[in-house]
Amino acid sequence: MELKEKLISSFMAFEEQIDVHSELHDVRTSAIKNFENKGFPTKKEEAWKYTSLNTILKNDYSVFPKHENAIEFAEVKKYFLHEIDTYKVIFVDGKFSSFLSSTTHDGLDVCLMSSALTKPKYKMVIDEYFNKIASKDETLTSLNTAFANEGAYINIPKSKVVEKPIEIIYFSTGVEDALMVQPRNLVIVGENAHVQIIERHQSLNENPVLTNAVTEIFAQKRAIADYYKIQNDLLSANLIDNTYISQKQESRVSVHTFSFGGNITRNNLNFYHFGERIDSTLKGITIIGDKQHVDHYTLVNHATPNCESHQNYKTILADSSTGVFNGKIYVEKEAQKTDAFQQNNNILLGDKATINAKPQLEIFADDVKCSHGCTIGQLDESAMFYMQQRGIPKKEAKALLMYAFSNEVIESIKIPELKKRITKIIATKLGVNLGFDL
Amino acid sequence: MLSIKNLHASVEDKEILKGINLEINAGEVHAIMGPNGAGKSTLSSIIAGNENYTVTDGQILLEGEDISELAPEERAHKGVFLSFQYPVEIPGVSVTNFMKTAINESRKANGKEEMPANEMLKLIREKSELLEIDRKFLSRSLNEGFSGGEKKRNEIFQMAMLEPKLAILDETDSGLDIDALRIVANGVNKLKNENNAVLVITHYQRLLDYIIPDFVHVLMDGKIVKSGGKELAYELEEKGYDWIKAELEV
Repeated sequence: MELKEKLISSFMAFEEQIDVHSELHDVRTSAIKNFENKGFPTKKEEAWKYTSLNTILKNDYSVFPKHENAIEFAEVKKYFLHEIDTYKVIFVDGKFSSFLSSTTHDGLDVCLMSSALTKPKYKMVIDEYFNKIASKDETLTSLNTAFANEGAYINIPKSKVVEKPIEIIYFSTGVEDALMVQPRNLVIVGENAHVQIIERHQSLNENPVLTNAVTEIFAQKRAIADYYKIQNDLLSANLIDNTYISQKQESRVSVHTFSFGGNITRNNLNFYHFGERIDSTLKGITIIGDKQHVDHYTLVNHATPNCESHQNYKTILADSSTGVFNGKIYVEKEAQKTDAFQQNNNILLGDKATINAKPQLEIFADDVKCSHGCTIGQLDESAMFYMQQRGIPKKEAKALLMYAFSNEVIESIKIPELKKRITKIIATKLGVNLGFDL
Repeated sequence: MLSIKNLHASVEDKEILKGINLEINAGEVHAIMGPNGAGKSTLSSIIAGNENYTVTDGQILLEGEDISELAPEERAHKGVFLSFQYPVEIPGVSVTNFMKTAINESRKANGKEEMPANEMLKLIREKSELLEIDRKFLSRSLNEGFSGGEKKRNEIFQMAMLEPKLAILDETDSGLDIDALRIVANGVNKLKNENNAVLVITHYQRLLDYIIPDFVHVLMDGKIVKSGGKELAYELEEKGYDWIKAELEV
């Protein structure tokens, strides 16, 4: 059976377990219809021109894992930022692991989507936010909405500054031969509240995994949210990550995406503005090799006046890896005094590496500042010679230059421990030990 | 210290050095002067191991060992230092971190332990004072946004940190005002001793008022056509290079 058919019939089975007389049911039904009509995206569509899902759709994925899988803390400890100093919402093969998690309801909600979707006390919030900013048109988002059942639910009340970062990690154990998971996260950051979230998808063995995740983030007036995505999975893992962000006036939201691992990774990152003096930041470092593929597809929709967006994506491609950067900035007629900045720098290390870079600016307002810069190049040879002349061997010189290249983005990580961690991952990735943190 | 024998080199099949012979002993300062395009910078690049040039014939011996096949970093580890005419900007790497990496890589290559952090700091303080470099400067990205003079001073600071056996100063005086020139020259002179040697490459005699050479060589069209004492520099300053050309034609 083709994956599409399998998913549609699985949806029927899924419906039997859930309350069909709810509004949520209507949302799911129309979502599966949209997916049924459109199916998986193909390269014929402009938005998917450079990313083909064909090879990964062939696996016979389990959609509902048959096994309950427990994993030992020691096995996965290295994937956590802190043992105690973070809240944790942890999933194993799509199921919540209370053992590995540390959730809270004390002054803020850091808990489970499945509870939020079913318990009456969350109904008002779910009605107001669930699937409200996520696309109803985009087929993979619809697929996720149809199956939306588990994920992280985070609700930060007004003026709450969350001191500890929140870690959301999806582990897959590989007990299933092939697994498809569809995590769904909802993050609401109340007026004047502040939160830091780190999200990660991690396979623990090399059976194929396909993750189709959707995250909705709502930032209320003057809210601050910093979201970090660590994509350093095994080469057997594929990720389609859809993130939708709704910002109200004077809110500041940043999303950093660190793409080092995985087979095929597609990041759809969408920012929507509802209010003035909003600040949006989108940054990313991609360092891949082999035949890896990473596609960043971003949209910043400037709909209101006096808002800013800052985009900075750095990509280093080795071997036969391919990268895509499609950055769209849309400035509506009302969005006067918009200040939108986009930068995308790419380094190709191998003759067989490919980058498709496409800045897309659509501007309908007449008093705006929009700039974009895109570069594609090799490592600077004169800089290499300079460093070698000072005694730094070629390999280290190369690594130092690549660090330097990524540094602008690393510097803007606000969690010191995470900054160290990312620096370390990059050093490992480049196979060097520089003996200092940049 | 350095012995160059019949050195021929080319870039993209164009011969630039056409048989250079040069002997530099420990404790000596040599200057190479010559008109634009004579091959002065090429010579310094080749001694340092720039792979854009191909050595087609001859030898470069450092303390008796032929280094002409070695990678640039291996030559650096053996004590060759080149102060660049145009130092490269490396955004994102601070001067301090760059020096730490450079020094420790060199020590590693020579079978030594990494330099302890406090010793490193002490060395940095000492050498930055010698070159009158503001400490704030050291945490800035290497050469990024530095003025011409700052870049050159930074080159000599690095030289002071690395204590090379052979220092080649390629047009170090260009872009320096008189105060910076004095500081740089003073730095070089203080580092100078009987165990190391300096090769100054310059277009003008000005720097040689401060770093006084034992020998001056004239490089023209890929060859050393005349050698002499420091008075040759004055002669060149006064009369230009045409008289040498004329002399050669005779």
